[in-house]
Amino acid sequence: MAEPLSIKELAKSEELLVGGHRLCPGCGHSIILRQMLHASEYPLVLAMSTGCLEVCTTIYPYTSWKTPWIHSAFENAAATITGVETMYRALKKKGKIDKDVKFVAVGGDGGTYDIGLQSLSGAFERGHNFVYVCTDNGAYMNTGTQRSSATPFAADTTTSPVGKKIIGKQQERKNLTKIAAAHDIPYAAQASPHNWKDLTMKFRKALEIDGPAFLNVVSPCPRGWRTDASETVNLAKMAVDSCYWPLYEVENGKITINYKPKEKVPIFEWLKVQGRFKHLLKPENEGLVKMFQDKIDRDWEDLQKRAGE
Amino acid sequence: MGKTMAITGNIAIAIAMKQINPDVVAAYPITPSTEIVQQFSSYVADGAVDTEYIAVESEHSAMSACIGASAGGGRVMTATSSQGLAFMWEMLYIAAGYRLPIVLVCVNRALSAPINIHCDHSDSMGARDASWIQLYAENAQEAYDNTIQAFRIAEEMDVRLPVMSCLDGFIISHSIENMTILEDEEVRRFIGDYKPLNPLLDLENPATVGAIDLQDYYMEHKRQQHEAMLNAKKVILSVGKEYGKLSGRSYGFFEEYRLDDADVAIVVMSSAAGTVKDIVDEYRSKGIKAGLLKPRVFRPFPAEEIADALKNTKAVAVLDRADSFGASGGPLFPEFRSALYDVPNPPKMINKIFGLGGRDFGPDDVRGVFDELVAIKDTGKIKSLKEYITVRE
Amino acid sequence: MKKKGWKEVPIGGVLKDKGSSVAYNSGSWRSFRPVIDLEKCINCMFCWVYCPDSSVIIKGGLVAGFDLEHCKGCGICAKECPPKVTAITMEPESKGPVCG
Ligand code: SF4
Ligand code: SF4
Repeated sequence: MAEPLSIKELAKSEELLVGGHRLCPGCGHSIILRQMLHASEYPLVLAMSTGCLEVCTTIYPYTSWKTPWIHSAFENAAATITGVETMYRALKKKGKIDKDVKFVAVGGDGGTYDIGLQSLSGAFERGHNFVYVCTDNGAYMNTGTQRSSATPFAADTTTSPVGKKIIGKQQERKNLTKIAAAHDIPYAAQASPHNWKDLTMKFRKALEIDGPAFLNVVSPCPRGWRTDASETVNLAKMAVDSCYWPLYEVENGKITINYKPKEKVPIFEWLKVQGRFKHLLKPENEGLVKMFQDKIDRDWEDLQKRAGE
Repeated sequence: MGKTMAITGNIAIAIAMKQINPDVVAAYPITPSTEIVQQFSSYVADGAVDTEYIAVESEHSAMSACIGASAGGGRVMTATSSQGLAFMWEMLYIAAGYRLPIVLVCVNRALSAPINIHCDHSDSMGARDASWIQLYAENAQEAYDNTIQAFRIAEEMDVRLPVMSCLDGFIISHSIENMTILEDEEVRRFIGDYKPLNPLLDLENPATVGAIDLQDYYMEHKRQQHEAMLNAKKVILSVGKEYGKLSGRSYGFFEEYRLDDADVAIVVMSSAAGTVKDIVDEYRSKGIKAGLLKPRVFRPFPAEEIADALKNTKAVAVLDRADSFGASGGPLFPEFRSALYDVPNPPKMINKIFGLGGRDFGPDDVRGVFDELVAIKDTGKIKSLKEYITVRE
Repeated sequence: MKKKGWKEVPIGGVLKDKGSSVAYNSGSWRSFRPVIDLEKCINCMFCWVYCPDSSVIIKGGLVAGFDLEHCKGCGICAKECPPKVTAITMEPESKGPVCG
């Protein structure tokens, strides 16, 4: 079983995602990836779906990666990594590789909740030995903040704009962690980069799993959330403290809630600092804030019930 | 050397796959190619191959997994048809752009709509610009032979392009023919060990595969693909000759049937060529100098060699088993016509679209085309450049 | 840098020069730069674990400063430095030289 690592131990390993990439200042993606890469004791092969993280870290002739990395398209990071993982098993069987290597696919919410869901579901069902990490920033940021099925209710995006008649996104988010866990894979979890201890431990656990593992990680995006770059880690923390993004894991069907805020931060505190929700500050939109809060309360209760608490 | 068997085209391909023993196969069933992966799965289940088989949930994932596996650093193959190939379309370009020597067997079937399961070439012709080498077979024997040669062509270091080995759905895939199978050992020796190039699984030298290439480099990489296609021409010929030494069956870019002194010629690919050969013989016995050119390699397109083969003819009909709607002809026609543009006194040329969705193409249809060519040769007049045949008025 | 022609670039767009993006100066994007008071620093290394640009330099297990070639000046390090410590301040770039 994987042991947790201290920050000092994490810092001993080589930096496998180096600087000079073109992600926006304060981007959550590279914080998440750095924490993960420092937490692995195995050599990793990464597959990435098209998106900010993929584009900004590999602008030819530059690469920010110091570990084998492949991108092929938007909707297929899962299928792609299962190809590499299968080749690894084939070559290992023939004695052409002797190392223990782990395989990680990374996609944004667009590439995971939406266009890549079939590819992901297929890879889960086939039981490949890989970790899929979704860096969820709640919209298609790479193309300029269009709504995805991970976009929060009432958020202002360029395809769910705040208009005279329709106020932002009308639908609730898809609960992808629940969907992933419903594949009865051995491990599925939610994590946040502000809690590096929890995130790195979950990733280490996921790497040890024999079979597919899924990590859904909240990834604040200063550009699309319209927030100050310095707020990224704090926004991730508030997402967790408000129970908008509960930290929990599902191990062989058993749900464990890893963190319970002593006092749930009202979601309005989180909404009000983000430009994508600024219309919710208007008195006439109070009802929407209430709907937002009610949904969080219902989901949090449901999660606790499912966890047997 | 080898043994004679009576088997279907699909089984011939499955046997080739068994002998090739690729590291990874990722595939999804679709009529009429299903039998290939079905038969191959039983080889995997019986331990007759070392291959890791990925039964993916779609053709898009099949090609995506093939790309991941091939980039990983080993030999990879798949098979599909029609909608399956269309669903892979996005990934076909990526496989070629990453210069991965994947081999795909395409059992040709018409594209929807209307939905149809029978043969035409609209599927593989839709992929003609994807930078895949394309080989077409007249019968099960050629399909088997092409599939084995495909690995040698794809994996050559100055080619490194994926290869599509095509055979006609049902007409070849499901008909039983007598054919000769090489010994397993002969096949393995012929294709040799796989030589990886920049494999992802070389952990000491981590590769970044699939970086974004903007205005400043994209075109250089595309120019390289063009060069690889040019290089493929000599590789296809040398592999075809070497295969001839092994099997007694040599291969080039196309087959010429009584073409040497022909006045009138038909150009047609794949299974339809068999019917045309019979009618060539019939017309020859009537004193008409008829001939056939059966393309085997459509990509790279051997334009100079084709021009040379057809330069002395008077009238040529190019038969397309697919249409490019609204174009001056089906996919073959403009390329053949353009190949002959610089020949002094080029032949008159016409295009026939035939056999779509598995429509029968019989001796009378061939006779009709030859009669029209004879009339064109005699009068110099073309009544219609592009015309559908084998269709009801 | 003279760009290579098609005969020189590796085929397939593969990059073998791992971590080559360090040659790109993303530090030029910065309008504020982090300045650390190493006297105040307690080496909790939160700044290091949260930096999106791998720009907090660790030497011998201790925070040693910033890689200003790549730091984009997001200010996360200053924000996440514990409130009782506040060893990092963000200062406008115009005050100092452009590259550190
Ligand atoms: S966060 Fe502050 S106290 Fe902690 S290591 Fe960084 S500078 Fe030092
Ligand atoms: S300002 Fe941002 S980029 Fe610069 S060192 Fe601090 S956290 Fe890293």
